[in-house]
Amino acid sequence: MQEVLKLEKVSKKYQAKNGEVEALKDISFEVYEGEFVSIIGPSGCGKSTLLSIIAGLEEKTSGKIYIDGKETNQVTSEIGYMLQRDSLLEWRNIYSNIMIGLEIRHCKTKENEEYAQNLLKKYHLYDFKDKFPSQLSGGMRQRVALIRTLAIRPKILLLDEAFSALDYQTRIAVTKDIYDILKNEKITALMVTHDISESISMSDRIVVLSKRPGTIKSIHKIDFEIPNRTPINCRESAKFSKYFDSLWKELDVHA
Amino acid sequence: MRKKNISADRKIYLGKIKKEKIIILITQILLLLAIIIAWEVAANLGFIDSFITSQPSRILNTFLNLSSNGLLEHIGVTCTETIIGFLSGAFLGVIIAIILWSSKFLSRVLEPFLVVLNSLPKVALGPVIIIWVGAGMPAIIVMGLAISLIVTTLQILNGFENTDKEKIKMVQTFGANKFQILTKVIIPANISTFINSLKINIGLSLVGVISGEFLVSKAGIGYLIVYGGQVFKLDLVMASVILLGLVAAIMYQSIVILEKIILKTNKFK
Repeated sequence: MQEVLKLEKVSKKYQAKNGEVEALKDISFEVYEGEFVSIIGPSGCGKSTLLSIIAGLEEKTSGKIYIDGKETNQVTSEIGYMLQRDSLLEWRNIYSNIMIGLEIRHCKTKENEEYAQNLLKKYHLYDFKDKFPSQLSGGMRQRVALIRTLAIRPKILLLDEAFSALDYQTRIAVTKDIYDILKNEKITALMVTHDISESISMSDRIVVLSKRPGTIKSIHKIDFEIPNRTPINCRESAKFSKYFDSLWKELDVHA
Repeated sequence: MRKKNISADRKIYLGKIKKEKIIILITQILLLLAIIIAWEVAANLGFIDSFITSQPSRILNTFLNLSSNGLLEHIGVTCTETIIGFLSGAFLGVIIAIILWSSKFLSRVLEPFLVVLNSLPKVALGPVIIIWVGAGMPAIIVMGLAISLIVTTLQILNGFENTDKEKIKMVQTFGANKFQILTKVIIPANISTFINSLKINIGLSLVGVISGEFLVSKAGIGYLIVYGGQVFKLDLVMASVILLGLVAAIMYQSIVILEKIILKTNKFK
C-alpha cells in the first residue's frame, strides 16, 4: 500500500508572553491509501494543533510532512479539512456553499462542477441544492460540509472533532453516513477525536497521544474481522469492548 | 397556517393580542390629542403665553402656508445635506474599517486616536470646519459626515473582528487569501452590522447637519429654528421642530424598508 501522508519528527512550540509551551514532540507516523486513522488523546494534548499543522494553517517548529512523497508546508488542494462545526455560509444556498472551495481556488471548471453535482445526487442532497443551510437538519448540514470539502478532490481528508457539535443520536447516524461516503469514494482520512468509541467504530488504526507535550504513546490496529463493517455493526462485536478497555487504560484519564 | 386549522383557544388568544394592539394605538392617539387640545385651550384662555409657547392652531397655519414661507425648500436643503453627509460618512467608514481590519498594526497604532475622536463632541469642531471648508453648505455636509464617520468605522470594524472564526478558518483551509476572506466571508456576514450602523448614523448625521445649520447656514430647518427664535416667531420654530421629527422618522423608516428588502432577497453573493 502506498503512503499518502507521512509525518517525520514533527514538533511544535508555542511562544507566549509568560513562556514557552511545548505542544507536540517528535510525532512520526504515516497514513496509507484508503485507510482511516484516528488520533486520540487527553484534552490539551495538541491533537487539533497537529491537524492544523498538517493542513498548513499553523507552522511547525521542526520536522517534515510529506503528502504522496512530496514535502509540504502550506495549504494545498491535496488536503481537505473538515472542522468541528459545519461552518456553512448561511447567506449562500447549498449549491453555492459547495462551490466555495472551487471558487477560492479558481478551478470552477465544468468538470469539477459536475463532480460536485454528482456527489450531491449520490448522497441525496441534490433536491436541496437551492435551499439555505438554515432549512437543513444537523446531519444533512454535516454531509453538505463533507461534500464541500470533497469537491476539491483532496488526497487525504482531515476531520477535526467533526461530529462533536451534534447530539448523540444524530452523531451516530452522521458517523455512519460519513463513513459510507468515505469508503465509497475511497478517501483516505485522518480524524482527531476525544471520543474513544467513535474512534474505534470508524478507524483502521488509532494513534494515542500522551499528555502535553504530546508524543505518540502507541498505535493500535483495529480489525473486527467482519465483512462490510460499518460504524454501527462493529459496536456489537465482542472485540469492541476489548479495544475500548485497552484504549481507556492507555489514555489514563483522571477526572 | 390556514384559517380552518385554528382551534377555538387559538382564536381567543389571537383575538386578545389584536385587541391589545388596538387599545395601545387608541391610547396613543388620545394622548396626542389631549396634549394638543390642552395646549390650544390653555393658550386661548391665557393660562400660557402663546407668544412664547405658540399654539397648535398657529402651527397648523404655518404648515398650511408652506409655500409662502419657503418651508419646503428649507426641508429640501436639510435633507440633501443630511443624505450626502450620511452616505459619504457610511462609505468612508466602511473603507476605513476595511483598511484597519486588513492591517493589525495600523489598527493597534490608531486605536487610542479613534477612541479619543469618538468621545470628542464633533460639534466642537464646527468652527474649525467652517474655517477650513468655508461657511456654507460644504461645511454643513462635512459636519454631518464627521459626526457619523468614527462611529461607523468603529462599529463596522467591531463587526468584522467578531465574525465567526470557524467560517474564516473554513475558507482558509481552501487557501483563501485576505481579499477572499473579506469578500466571501467578512462582508456578507456583516450585512446586518452594516444596516444597524446605518440606522444609528442617519440620526447622528441629522444632528450634525442641524448644528451646522445653527452655526452658518442661510437655509435649512436648523436655520429656520435659529431665525424663528431670534425674531420670536415661535410658530415657525415649533413647526420646524415638528417637521424635523417627521424627516428623521421618514429617513429611519426608509432604512428599515431597505433592511427588509435585503433580508428578503437574502442573496448577496
